[in-house]
Amino acid sequence: MNNTYALMMILVIAGVTILLRFLPFMIFGEKRKTPDYVMWLGSVLPYAIMGMLVVYCLKGVSISSTPYGIPELISCILVIGLTVWKRNTLLSIGLGTICYMILVQFVF
Amino acid sequence: MKKGHKNTTLKTAFLATIPVMTGYLVLGMGFGIILDSRGYGVLWSFLMSFLIYAGSMQYLAVDLLTAGASLITAAFTTLMVNARHLFYGISMTEKYKGLGAKKPYMIFALTDETYSLVVNDNIPEGVDKKKYWFLVSLLDQFYWVAGSVIGSLIGSLIKFDTTGLDFALTALFVTIFTDQWLSTKNHTSAITGLLATFVCLVIFGSGNFLIPSMILITVSLTLLKKTGRGGL
Repeated sequence: MNNTYALMMILVIAGVTILLRFLPFMIFGEKRKTPDYVMWLGSVLPYAIMGMLVVYCLKGVSISSTPYGIPELISCILVIGLTVWKRNTLLSIGLGTICYMILVQFVF
Repeated sequence: MKKGHKNTTLKTAFLATIPVMTGYLVLGMGFGIILDSRGYGVLWSFLMSFLIYAGSMQYLAVDLLTAGASLITAAFTTLMVNARHLFYGISMTEKYKGLGAKKPYMIFALTDETYSLVVNDNIPEGVDKKKYWFLVSLLDQFYWVAGSVIGSLIGSLIKFDTTGLDFALTALFVTIFTDQWLSTKNHTSAITGLLATFVCLVIFGSGNFLIPSMILITVSLTLLKKTGRGGL
């Protein structure tokens, strides 16, 4: 574990986040019109990025070796089902994570 | 008179933030526990929640840190994951005018949840709007930092088998993905995100596929729109 690396990482992530939060106020603060393409990207990107992050999280799953991604599959189906049913973020994350922990620790 | 006024504003802000409080405490604790299980203690979780203050990005940061990702990958990932903040900002430029010294902090603290509260104009009469927005911003970050610190302490005091706990991140994104899917009729962007990323994972491997994915997503969506496909 390298503390300098971790600190640099945090500063980079914090810096980019702060930049993203401040940029609109620096550019469009004085009633300047936001380009249509930027507005459009902003409206469609969030959906694609979430899809990207789902794939990113499941990148390490191997379907060719035990347990063949079955814990992930079951837990993801549970999370999706709970979300469709209750629309409660905390409930979906909580039960989904507990389900996965039980599966990987005791079942598979 | 003035004191009573201040108390009403604080009370209104506190009541409005209760749903965010539950969410931030629980998700913050999850973050603290996971970070601790990867060998980064309470000081790190405090620092991250204080300086970054972006939930899903912090969960991802744990992963990037452990994987030893490059700083450029970290910067690009933050850019894409947090790009939505640009649009929160754009829609708040008018509202957040004339806030004086409080303004920089309020822009810094404009998270998804805080945005959803300050964008709502349903504030009772007699409440100072600007103070209310500021207090909502401040309380929300307090909950998040508190949750993270409590999580780190739990993680370091109570030793339990945390195997599988990091699935919380997957569950978080699957939940948001499903929620977004249900809230719109057009799924072109969501499907493009899944497919483009999967293609890049296969081509570039699990170590270096995030940046190509982001480029492929942006290019694909732009091309789909230009050719008038996918209803974009």
